[in-house]
Amino acid sequence: MTRTLAVLTAAALTLGAAACAPGSSAPPAAPSAQPSAVRTDAAALGKVTLTVWDQEVRGGQAAQMKQLNAAFEAKYPNITLNRVSRSFDDLNTTLRLALSGNEPPDVVEANNGRSAMGAFVKAGQLLPLNAYAQAYGWQDRYPESVLRYSRYSADGKVFGEGNLYGLPQVGEVVGLFYNAAKLTELGLRPPTTWADFQAGLAKAKAAGEVPMQLGNLDKWPAVHVFGTVQSRVVPADQIRTLAFGRKGASWNTPENTEAARQLVDWVDKGYFSKGFNGQGYDPAWQAFRDGEGVYLIAGTWLLADLHKTLGKDLGFVLPPGATAGAAPIATGGTGLPFAITAKSPNPDAAAAYINFVTSAEAMKVLTDTGNLPAADTAAQTVPAGPQQDVFTAFGTVTAENGLVPYLDYATPTFADTLGAALQDLLAKKATPQEFLATLEKDYKTFAESNG
Amino acid sequence: MTASRPPGEPRHIAYLYLLPAFAVYAAFLLYPIGRAVQLSLYDWDGLSLGRWVGLDNYLAILSDEGLRAAFGHALVLIVFYAVGPLVIGLALAAILNHAKVRGLGFFRTVVFLPQVIAMVVVAVAWRRVYAPDGTLNTLLGALGLDSLTRGWLGEHAFALPAVGVVGTWFETGLVAVLLLAGMSRIPMELYEAARLDGAGAVREFFAVTLPSVRGEIAVALTLTVIAALRTFDLVYVTTRGGPGNATSVPSYEVYHRAFGLSQIGSAAAIGVTLTVVIFAISFGINRFADRGVA
Repeated sequence: MTRTLAVLTAAALTLGAAACAPGSSAPPAAPSAQPSAVRTDAAALGKVTLTVWDQEVRGGQAAQMKQLNAAFEAKYPNITLNRVSRSFDDLNTTLRLALSGNEPPDVVEANNGRSAMGAFVKAGQLLPLNAYAQAYGWQDRYPESVLRYSRYSADGKVFGEGNLYGLPQVGEVVGLFYNAAKLTELGLRPPTTWADFQAGLAKAKAAGEVPMQLGNLDKWPAVHVFGTVQSRVVPADQIRTLAFGRKGASWNTPENTEAARQLVDWVDKGYFSKGFNGQGYDPAWQAFRDGEGVYLIAGTWLLADLHKTLGKDLGFVLPPGATAGAAPIATGGTGLPFAITAKSPNPDAAAAYINFVTSAEAMKVLTDTGNLPAADTAAQTVPAGPQQDVFTAFGTVTAENGLVPYLDYATPTFADTLGAALQDLLAKKATPQEFLATLEKDYKTFAESNG
Repeated sequence: MTASRPPGEPRHIAYLYLLPAFAVYAAFLLYPIGRAVQLSLYDWDGLSLGRWVGLDNYLAILSDEGLRAAFGHALVLIVFYAVGPLVIGLALAAILNHAKVRGLGFFRTVVFLPQVIAMVVVAVAWRRVYAPDGTLNTLLGALGLDSLTRGWLGEHAFALPAVGVVGTWFETGLVAVLLLAGMSRIPMELYEAARLDGAGAVREFFAVTLPSVRGEIAVALTLTVIAALRTFDLVYVTTRGGPGNATSVPSYEVYHRAFGLSQIGSAAAIGVTLTVVIFAISFGINRFADRGVA
């Protein structure tokens, strides 16, 4: 028995040692942009099959993608689309393997964060799109505060500036959804200052309503609530430095402490729905949709679902500032950007496809299917009501360069660190100081090793 | 050819017959294990070139408080997955075996039913049961126990036991059916003899039933302990390791690190460690059972 085991172990070790170091077959250097080689006449590219991986599987997202793909194939009969669509989670977990293969898809939707797009850029698997952006004039139509979420330095180390690696279709901003009927019942109006908002929460609580819905079982939802509170008190440039994982900021500041303290204060005052740490994200917004709760801090991606049931009773405002006239600041970004893989044999056709699904006409299709277009937002006509609220909010905040990134972008591990730390904070297992120390440790470790 | 050679073909030819099966075994089991061991010695993000770090990933398991806690949680789950079902399963099996009820097959099926359902489905269902507005709280409310209602999966003190109870519910059927099969083989004469000697039901259980199903208990424990240590789907669907890290378990960490954080080397190291722990514990259980029989 012992001898057999030894032989097996030896065999296994030999097998292991014989194989080369993992990842050694990866391409050594990032490909460079070739401005001279760019061709934008997609119809003249000959017969091409494009494989596209997207995550547009739900409701309005699926509808716009289907419509745009059909229009693209009709316009360019020489290009055939091979569409593979998966849910967000599935795409994230399988993309890594797909990209390291010899024949990766041509166009992929890659999550902006460091663990996805950043890692792919670092491994030289994505094509810089600068030349295409110039040829198609993307930077003229897209606000820079939106484009920077798809920018990385060529070595993948700096996030938020450098080469453009993808182009998103839709925008997102986190703000306050409110139940207009309940506000009226309480004798309130949509808040114009942060103090106003908090006074409203207190009044709702006193009247026996659920002031704010929250379902934090999935760990990440509270990140959006904290981001919203934090961007009231912490200067925007500090949040950007922290959230893009760059050196030169700190979590241990009086402002961040104040943000954490305010969140705990809301827990103490019972502003959140009961048992929020044990409630799922979906049940929470569904409860709000069904008329339970006055406010819901969430992203605009919930608009279509909430609108369907609440109708005219649904409203949306950007999180208000200290004064009514304060510059708008809100957590937000984009949907997953479309990127071109470095190994794609047809980058020109791929770029033509990306340009098509993000063109001015595509933005109209996106609007009609209930999505929030990332560009040309002001040019869209939508009926008054929550959809207009959302469009106005996004237009305003991007025009004034007021978007701050999702905090979980900061480091490859930050989504988890922050999610778990917030659950601890909200359950009062950690003090605001301990909470910030946990975040600081992750941020500092990464920022320092990243150089 | 000397006369001392045993009859038949040369002995070495036997290895040739073993070769096809061994090749399959090596390709699909030994090679992946070897590769996992190799990966665990690197710092690798799954994309760019890996960096040799020796045993650092293993040392990190020892020094990382979160990972140590994850292994601790797995040990707590053993109580819920293995010990609980064993106690309940023994009682259930003894009752079902003794009470010659009609429709034994029906009850056996009912007890076994959770095993037939995919774990993901079980987890989704229980997530609803534990929700703040879920079945459990509704039930408590109806009984006038409103003070006990809470978001069960969201509280640090209750999340891990809540997940564990699902495991108990899931594994009890398997254990009960295994033990029932064992008990049905016990000859009736033994019980008659015990009765003649004046043993009651309880005495009978400890003197006759329990020693007779020692083998089945070992099998049940091995299966359930392994299930406890490699719990993944249940945690993944119900809590994702939360609240905080109160329910993180090694298998979830393997997945999370490999696919979420792209720390493939660290994930492989946890996987290898988990394999060794499972092997050691199963080995221990079986040694214990074997010695008992002898």
